[in-house]
Amino acid sequence: MFGFGLLSGLIFLPLVGAAFILLQRGDDEAVRCNVRWAALITTLVTFVLSLWAWRQFDTSSAAFQLVEERSWIGAGLVYKLGVDGISMPFVLLTTFLMPFCIGASWVTIEHRIKEYMVAFLVLEALMIGVFCALDLVLFYVFFEGGLIPMFLIIGIWGGKRRIYASFKFFLYTLIGSLLMLLAIMAMYGVAGTTDITALLKTDFPVSMQKYLWLAFFASFAVKMPMWPVHTWLPDAHVEAPTAGSVILAGILLKMGGYGFIRFSLPMFPDASQYFAPLVWTLSVIAIVYTSLVALVQEDMKKLIAYSSVAHMGFVTMGLFSMNAQGVQGAVFQMVSHGFVSGALFLCVGVVYDRIHTRDIAAYGGLVQRMPLYALVFMVFTMANVGLPGTSGFVGEFLTLIGIFKTNAWVAFFATTGVILSAAYALYLYRRVIFGVLEKPALVGITDLDAREIALFAPLLLLTIYYGVHPGPILDACAASVDQLLKGVDAALAATKTAALALH
Amino acid sequence: MTPISFALAHSLPEVVLALGALLLLLLGVFRARDGRDWIISECAIAVLGLAFLLLFVGAGPKTVVFDGAFIDDAFGRYMKGLALIGSIVTLLLSLDYMRREKIDLFEFPVLVILATLGMLMLISAQSLISLYLGLELMSLALYVIAAFHRDNVRASEAGLKYFALGALSSGMLLYGASLLYGFAGTVSLDGIATAIQGKATIGVVFGLVFLLAGLSFKMSVVPFHMWTPDVYEGAPTPVTTFFASAAKMAAVAITVRVVMTAFPGVTDQWRQILVFVSILSMALGAFAAIGQSNIKRLMAYSSIGHMGFALVGLAAGTEQGVQGVLVYLSIYLAMTLGTFAAILSMRVGDVYVEKISDLAGLSRTNGPMALFLSAMMLSLAGIPPLAGFFAKWYVFNAAIQAHLYPLAVIGVLMSVVACFYYLRIVKVIYFDEPAPAFERASPAVTAVLVVASLLVVFFSFWPGPLDVAAAAAAKSLF
Repeated sequence: MFGFGLLSGLIFLPLVGAAFILLQRGDDEAVRCNVRWAALITTLVTFVLSLWAWRQFDTSSAAFQLVEERSWIGAGLVYKLGVDGISMPFVLLTTFLMPFCIGASWVTIEHRIKEYMVAFLVLEALMIGVFCALDLVLFYVFFEGGLIPMFLIIGIWGGKRRIYASFKFFLYTLIGSLLMLLAIMAMYGVAGTTDITALLKTDFPVSMQKYLWLAFFASFAVKMPMWPVHTWLPDAHVEAPTAGSVILAGILLKMGGYGFIRFSLPMFPDASQYFAPLVWTLSVIAIVYTSLVALVQEDMKKLIAYSSVAHMGFVTMGLFSMNAQGVQGAVFQMVSHGFVSGALFLCVGVVYDRIHTRDIAAYGGLVQRMPLYALVFMVFTMANVGLPGTSGFVGEFLTLIGIFKTNAWVAFFATTGVILSAAYALYLYRRVIFGVLEKPALVGITDLDAREIALFAPLLLLTIYYGVHPGPILDACAASVDQLLKGVDAALAATKTAALALH
Repeated sequence: MTPISFALAHSLPEVVLALGALLLLLLGVFRARDGRDWIISECAIAVLGLAFLLLFVGAGPKTVVFDGAFIDDAFGRYMKGLALIGSIVTLLLSLDYMRREKIDLFEFPVLVILATLGMLMLISAQSLISLYLGLELMSLALYVIAAFHRDNVRASEAGLKYFALGALSSGMLLYGASLLYGFAGTVSLDGIATAIQGKATIGVVFGLVFLLAGLSFKMSVVPFHMWTPDVYEGAPTPVTTFFASAAKMAAVAITVRVVMTAFPGVTDQWRQILVFVSILSMALGAFAAIGQSNIKRLMAYSSIGHMGFALVGLAAGTEQGVQGVLVYLSIYLAMTLGTFAAILSMRVGDVYVEKISDLAGLSRTNGPMALFLSAMMLSLAGIPPLAGFFAKWYVFNAAIQAHLYPLAVIGVLMSVVACFYYLRIVKVIYFDEPAPAFERASPAVTAVLVVASLLVVFFSFWPGPLDVAAAAAAKSLF
């Protein structure tokens, strides 16, 4: 269409919806209703379009597919889009989660709904762009551009300390990303282009790789977030509106992991190997320490936020085990965490909408008034713990196998995290759902309504489906991950030979 | 000896401006009642517009005329285009403001034309003498319009301060020029390059330092920035716009020309000065702006910081670096003009307000303006996909390719600090409770704001032409 491909369509479609909403005049009930439906239809159409892209995608090939390319800026910077087995699942995850965000905000967002929906649609376009970009500068533009709508979402529709949280989120992420920007420039200096397919074939000098790796690490570690630069996340999660938390945990965090797979591992293999112990250490600390921190949280959202940090620890650990199980497990863990954590934040949103507090102490005995809710919450809690049969298990298990093959001690310490996650998740569940229903505010609380059931049903089915049948996601990324690891091994072998030749 | 018609053909925009200024002055003296503007501003816009169009006529290889005093090249034409855009928009923005503040005297557009003429001569200066003449013609006109609101104490203070410090800087520049003449034996920029043969004697270095000090004052970079906040705040807002846009373009242009044409072989000598000045400017621009409550003052510090960023590209000392400076200035021009158009839209009743807190809750009282101004702020902060990001990309990329790693790292860290106060304005606009709504801005002001915003927001969709034009202009210097 107009010389643009399917992926451009995916990026621009939400923008068209946003433009339509911006053009709506007035603020009466009819307009609000139009705005909601327009946003929902846009996200649904985008999702259908992404399924269409998935149909055309050939999972047996490791190459970039649906590629489109146009000249952009001067020498070496191109507008190039394409997906491979690693990015395709994230594109689908993004388009899949967006309708839930719109649905979750259907009645809870009352003021400035027009701006709210515009912010979400723009954010969706930028997130899809991140996963489709095949030019490093283009990637950076999407990666950083996403800060603006998220900043507004937290700042306008957030809780009490929203301004502090939004600034912290923005500046923390920015400082890491700008160092990455300098590294991108240095890479441009070596390769003369920022086309990712060309950069993947470029051998960067080993000494330079270390600096580049650190600069990229600064950006992705903050985004991920890894211990000790994770402190923006609990603040941002607690203050953000429910849908904002869903996007934050579901997709924005994945950009860090995606960045590691797309750039750090294949482009700087020597540096990745050199720094792998550092990443393992930080990951294990994240898994154990943030699980312990989660155990003592008083705020439901904060607890889930810390558990996200712990789960992302499994992802980084798996990625830098640099074998097929670890990397595929990490991809799976990210996708699975995308809907499990998203669903958990939606669960918090359900009770928050009813009695407007996230204090764990304010709840208790909900099972008596909300049996359906108790069931839904239980499934997602179990998935969060990593119970076999839920999607949470597959990712954790694979990453643990991966790291065990590389370093058994790291695996040993990381496994304690699984136990700790059971502790904090079940403890949360007991305090909220069980016990005596004695708080006056809870007496009249109602169970899930039709809209909420519609929101949870698909997430619930997918969590269990991928728990017993993880094949689709693993197969999708298998070819690309294989190729990636072959490239890494070849590069490491070459460096080793060169080092031996010198002696 | 080239015939005079040939020389005039290569300086047509300047000729048009000189004649136009004289004609409009006569017209004003004889026809304008009580010295009021009448239609002089509109005519001045037409004259400047004509000069702008003439830039596209007869572009060719670089040509030196007037006995080596004046050069006509692609770089000059590019920068003249930017300066003229700044002047034209200044006059557009001033129409309504001057009338409301009752200072719509006909001298104002004439002085703007004269200042612009000085800028164009400055940009095309190929010898130290013509450089000084252009600089002084520009500065004298600027001193007067800084104090144009003569019944206003702050404006008078601004004019006086600007004049006193400007005179000092002119003195330094002249001293540097005379030292250079003494040691190189010529005032021609080419001649100096030939004379020093890539070897900097102590006298040449001294001359260079003083020359750059004088030019730094006009660019308002640290440590010659003291006048900027006071003058920005005190001068009438359209005049501030003029200082921030056209005057900056001319000052940076001549700095680029001087170091590239006269000192190509002694890059290390001037690079360390530029690196030093650039780091200090970025740091001061970032930290000092945080505490400001007046938006014009904030823009003053912001402009100091941005000049620091532009000099990062120049410090690279390469063709790529010059291209970066050109792109940076073009985008900075759009952002500055847009921001000042927004500041000129801040009117409650009959009073122009300029506190940042006056912007509170703008998103609810005037949604489009809130969106546009926020886009400007985020672009100034350098957040993609807005144009300001690409400006930073060009200059920092040039610095990285020239292996100036510490400069680049300090630069990006400072831009994070600066980001804080731009975000603060976005926060005031979007997160705070509404302050009284602004009156409807005049069509010209709105048009400038809308056009600038669209350029800034949609630049990333079509960046090619600017890249090509800036590359061609940069090439002509080497």
